[in-house]
Amino acid sequence: MDQPIIRLTGVCKSYGDNEVVKDLNLEIMPGEFLTILGPSGCGKTTTLRMIAGFEEVTKGQVFLAGVDVADKKPYERDVNTVFQNYALFPHMNVFKNVAFGLVEQRIPKAEIKERVQAALKLVRLEGMDNRMPSQMSGGQKQRVAIARALVLKPKVLLLDEPLGALDLKLRKQMQHELKHLQQELGITFVYVTHDQEEALTMSDRIAVMNAGVMEQLGAPEQIYNHPATRFVADFIGESNIMEAYVDSITESGIKCVMEFGDFTIRRGDYADEEMLYICVRPENLRFTAEPVAGFNLFGKIKEHIFMGSICKTIVKLPNDQEVFRTAPPSDGLLPMDSVVHLSWRPTECSILRTKEEQIYNVIESSVEMEGFDARQIL
Amino acid sequence: MRGKFSNAGERILAAIRKFLALIVMVGPTGFWLVLFVFVPLVFVVVISFMQRGDYGVEAGFSLQGYLSVFSALYGKTIGKSLLLALETTALCLLFGYPFAYCMTKAPKKMVSFLVLLIMMPFWVNSVIRIYAWRTLINDNGYLNMLLEALGLNTIHLMRTNGAILLGMVYELLPFAVLPLYNSLEKIDPSLLEAASDLGAKRHRPFLRVVLPLTMPGVFASTIQTFIPCLGLYYICNMMGGGTDLYIGQVIERQFLSEAHNWPFGSALSIILIVLTIVMMKQYTRIGSLEDMA
Amino acid sequence: MADIDAKIQAKKRRNRLLFNSAAITYGSLIYLFLYLPILIVILFSFNTSRMNLTFQGFTFDWWGSMFSNRTLLESFYNSIIVAGASTILSVIIGTLGAVGMYKFEFKLKSVLSNSLYIPIAIPEIVFGISLLMFFSSLHVQTGMVTMIIAHVTFSMPFVLITVRARIAGHDRALEEAAKDLGAGESHTFFRVTLPCIMPGIISGGMLALTLSLDDVIISAFTNGPDAKTLPIKILELSRRGVPPDAYALSTLMIIGTVVIMLSSQLVQNRMLKKRGEETVSP
Repeated sequence: MDQPIIRLTGVCKSYGDNEVVKDLNLEIMPGEFLTILGPSGCGKTTTLRMIAGFEEVTKGQVFLAGVDVADKKPYERDVNTVFQNYALFPHMNVFKNVAFGLVEQRIPKAEIKERVQAALKLVRLEGMDNRMPSQMSGGQKQRVAIARALVLKPKVLLLDEPLGALDLKLRKQMQHELKHLQQELGITFVYVTHDQEEALTMSDRIAVMNAGVMEQLGAPEQIYNHPATRFVADFIGESNIMEAYVDSITESGIKCVMEFGDFTIRRGDYADEEMLYICVRPENLRFTAEPVAGFNLFGKIKEHIFMGSICKTIVKLPNDQEVFRTAPPSDGLLPMDSVVHLSWRPTECSILRTKEEQIYNVIESSVEMEGFDARQIL
Repeated sequence: MRGKFSNAGERILAAIRKFLALIVMVGPTGFWLVLFVFVPLVFVVVISFMQRGDYGVEAGFSLQGYLSVFSALYGKTIGKSLLLALETTALCLLFGYPFAYCMTKAPKKMVSFLVLLIMMPFWVNSVIRIYAWRTLINDNGYLNMLLEALGLNTIHLMRTNGAILLGMVYELLPFAVLPLYNSLEKIDPSLLEAASDLGAKRHRPFLRVVLPLTMPGVFASTIQTFIPCLGLYYICNMMGGGTDLYIGQVIERQFLSEAHNWPFGSALSIILIVLTIVMMKQYTRIGSLEDMA
Repeated sequence: MADIDAKIQAKKRRNRLLFNSAAITYGSLIYLFLYLPILIVILFSFNTSRMNLTFQGFTFDWWGSMFSNRTLLESFYNSIIVAGASTILSVIIGTLGAVGMYKFEFKLKSVLSNSLYIPIAIPEIVFGISLLMFFSSLHVQTGMVTMIIAHVTFSMPFVLITVRARIAGHDRALEEAAKDLGAGESHTFFRVTLPCIMPGIISGGMLALTLSLDDVIISAFTNGPDAKTLPIKILELSRRGVPPDAYALSTLMIIGTVVIMLSSQLVQNRMLKKRGEETVSP
């Protein structure tokens, strides 16, 4: 098996009393597209900056290709960064911007010219050599920034919300281009974003961070379908999250009770009276006029919201909590104010323990899918 | 272990390097300010409490400098100087504010050229410009020629207090206009539209929106005209009659001419310093120092 | 309805026209006021009469004779030397200070930052006498050196503040980008930071040059018997009457300064325009 190209072990970062990154362990493989996803202030950019060398690590170690880089300055590290607002040098034209790093390496002029042209071709900016950054659109500046970093042939490219300043359409287009570029070049990408859709589309693996802690690490499908914590369930996509207690454990399964009803889940390693979060994606939640076996949950239809390709139906539960389902509008709508029964396929819900969320993280990042599955009901 | 040790060593080295860089960069500024601003100002304070001597000052404590400052004779000088500064400031604001306002209404492309035009007179030294005014306001000068041609009475301006006021306004008007222009230019035009949208009519948007928003600029202009006016002794020398003196002239004479009374000159300077500090303190409540320079 | 609308429109247009013509007239009068003495200086440098009272006739004599007026020329050279040296020194010290204050956090930063406004705010005469007493107490003979020191003291804070304002708008990510691309500390400074703040340095330098050339009061207290600048010399001459060759020399200086200032402005604006920033005035 390959050696990880980046390895963070027990990395902490604090500013005074403010702990921004807490005990982060992460291994990134060569050629991987890894996204660090999280809300603003979760420590994702700080993590990236520690890898690049702009921030010192308070505790723990950063390894690049197996070497501890604690004493290495940013210019001694074999990684390059694409900055959030591009950070193009305003006094240099496109050619000089891209050539900047090559000039630092004292590469002969002819070779610089050749490599800059190749890099500009890669990002489809041929012939723009003499443009100044101020004469370019956001998307073009972005490409220059990428070419400037790639021209040095780094082992790892760090991207800090590179598409944040672009409009939606351009962002979508650039997402595809970046993904293709990464596959074509086979370079490791570490990509920081707060946009969950961006993360899901582009990444091989996603590390979800919240308040300085990595909550879950896994493939996009895994993160979406089997969120490990309440935060991940809430942050990635939309979720209906309900609280329930373990009532009784029987042969056929575990009976869970809520304030206003009950349902049965498959057996698992749960204690009596333990509180659980039941997390059901809106596309998996079903509303039926008739009760479904194993479920004793109901509510009243409050609103239908037409959203184009889908329709959102909101149901109010007896405890005033609102849950919703999304489905194609053609599916037929139950009348307003009618009482409906709630259910879901056992495979299509995640059950999260409330107390030990953090423990699952650790298990989850080291245990295979089977181990992960054990916590899911069927 | 060895790795750890070299790590700690390198960190200390890095800290030393950072400290040296700080000293090299900020050190000269700090050194210069301390040696040539703070220390000389301490000299002023100390000498103001010393005895008068043949060469300006002699060792020994004395309040004579301050006693002279508060005597009836120099009380009148100070009062007169403050009045002149007040008149100068009022005139500069009166002429400068509408001028700055007009500048903001000029086409965008022209504005930077107009600002440049205000600055350009500084490129000719002010002594020769003030001297040229003497040619203009002489009893037989061009000003009176113009008045005669218009069939008006000629005026005697040269070597009067009026001539000093003219010189001061001339010298300080650009300093008054620039802060006013800067504060006027910052106002978002949509605020005026909002004001008229909310029912403010005619000059009301100006009175209720523009004027309050430009108060920091007005105050900055006031400081930039009022304080220098007290010190511009050479304008008083060149334009005035030389019979009764202003505070700047009195201070100058304690050092450059016959009087040689350093403690008295220093005590007078302390008054200017206190006045400056009080005005700056007031100003920092409503505006930022950056806008002054 | 339409009729009333049209009337209102016409009234508005008339008002705007009225305002514009009033504004232009008023503005021109103020500019005339500011430039009148300068026109007099230029005009009288061609005056046949030695007395600067009225224009008697046209002559180039003074433009020739000023080159043989040794004391005047000497003071002119002194002005250039003092202005040049103090500008260079204050640009170096001020730029270093501004960059240092931007790069580092240190205890006395806010004290230092506020102290910069002392030499700016305090009346020049106070500043002048404090330096006079300081130098003479230390038995330092006043002359060119003391004048240069004094000029650096009042112009350096202006340079620092101008450069600092430029750096404030500077994106720190640019330095990180340079380091990320392999540039060490010094290369980052010379290839990225310095070019980025160059417009600020140029305008700071021009400000220092202007202040130094124009200074009267502080030079009056720090000059020496054999070291006087042009303004000081003219101030001395003004008691008996300024000779027209001083006017000719001043006119020459006007032309010189205008050329220097405008070309520096041009260089600066070209730099800014290339970077797509708004152009500025000094």
